[in-house]
Amino acid sequence: MSSLVSALRCVVMRDLTLAMRRRADVLATLFFFVIVVSLFPLGVGPDMATLRIIGPGIVWVAALLASMLALERMFAADYSDGTLEQMLLTPQPLVVLVLGKTLAHWLVSGLPLVLIAPLLGIQYGLPAQGLGVLMLSLLLGTPVLSLIGAIGAALTLGVRGGGVLVSLLVLPLTIPVLIFGAGAVDASLSGLGAQAHLSLLGAFLLGALILAPWTIGAALRISME
Amino acid sequence: MKINWFKYSSPQAFYPLAGKMIPWFAVVALLFTVLGLYFSFFVAPPDYQQSEAYRVMFIHVPAAWMSMFIYVVMAAYAGMGLVFNSRLSSMMASALAPTGAMFTFLTLWTGALWGKPMWGAWWVWDARLTSELILLFLYIGFISLQAAIDEPRRAARAGAILALVGVVNIPIIYFSVQWWNTLHQGPSITLSKAPSMAASMLVAMLLMTFAFWMYAIVVALLRVRCEILERERHAEWVAQAAGDGR
Repeated sequence: MSSLVSALRCVVMRDLTLAMRRRADVLATLFFFVIVVSLFPLGVGPDMATLRIIGPGIVWVAALLASMLALERMFAADYSDGTLEQMLLTPQPLVVLVLGKTLAHWLVSGLPLVLIAPLLGIQYGLPAQGLGVLMLSLLLGTPVLSLIGAIGAALTLGVRGGGVLVSLLVLPLTIPVLIFGAGAVDASLSGLGAQAHLSLLGAFLLGALILAPWTIGAALRISME
Repeated sequence: MKINWFKYSSPQAFYPLAGKMIPWFAVVALLFTVLGLYFSFFVAPPDYQQSEAYRVMFIHVPAAWMSMFIYVVMAAYAGMGLVFNSRLSSMMASALAPTGAMFTFLTLWTGALWGKPMWGAWWVWDARLTSELILLFLYIGFISLQAAIDEPRRAARAGAILALVGVVNIPIIYFSVQWWNTLHQGPSITLSKAPSMAASMLVAMLLMTFAFWMYAIVVALLRVRCEILERERHAEWVAQAAGDGR
């Protein structure tokens, strides 16, 4: 058991260290998110009443797109320098290693989005209560995006046009997360309470945590053979 | 008597069998299409609310059924290919995908044609329409993933994983979209109670469904024969079969 935990910690720390050495990549995802969200008022018009209605959905769609952008980096570097092959050969179960990589990826590309989201919510005139629910829904939802996205990233390793392809594969599968994530904020703003939506998001997270690592592992083995 | 269950799971044995089956299924498909169209246009009475415009349903509903059915069959073949490592199952999965995508598109298209006079809009963001659209995206994802990978074995296995993830996710997508918004009418035919439509309408619809089903089999077999020739092109029997023109 302790060897599994130490393997997990080792993978997470390694990926975090690597990410910190290349901060530009992390910041690029974050700024992409901020820019996409900021573009909508320019396109739709600055009417605050409209923005307040579409705000939660736009923040969520932008988070979805930003997480797609970061997916390519998940396994690509390890694949090209052969680290991934060594990982597949280690005695530790692949599921744990994959979980560690996904966790590190979320800490680098998902968590910053969660933390900056309230600021963007203020731009859209969301009240304080809505901001809290928005953060909470992103906190529950973005790990699911990373887990589902990792399946797509593993399947498209080393495939030509992988970047566009991975979005094509993953985006349809993330629709429930988008619906309930944005729905949670809408429900709390309309006074219905966000509990049901947040519970479902939590259920998706648990389901993805159990099923996705195995699938990612199987996909990696297929891509590496 | 010992039956060899796996005889036709080898592409070499299946290729001529598929060639023999295609004309039979084609004849049956044609027969059902002619009968089904006759029933749809001349036997089934006009609807008391929708008059003649409802007749697009005889294409729309069977196409919608087939679009979902083919996805499940495709995923089952893909899963079999992944588990038993049988090449023919993977080839069947790739052969079914374009037909499934075509039926999905046909469903959306005929739905739009029906929606304009009935709902006053070509497209509404309704649960069923949206989930059918997502099904189209899933088919396109499956086809483009397989197209992007050059090595056939990896393409088949990667596609299988994607198809299986899709199968797990489809009910979730379906219900999430249903709770999100709905306008489409409920199903008129369920297994648990009598259908809420005239018997001749039901007959026409079932005839058309069988016609589409048989058509899907014919097209899938045609496509799988091409696929077999392409993937097994280095085998000796392929050179012979191609030489014979069989």
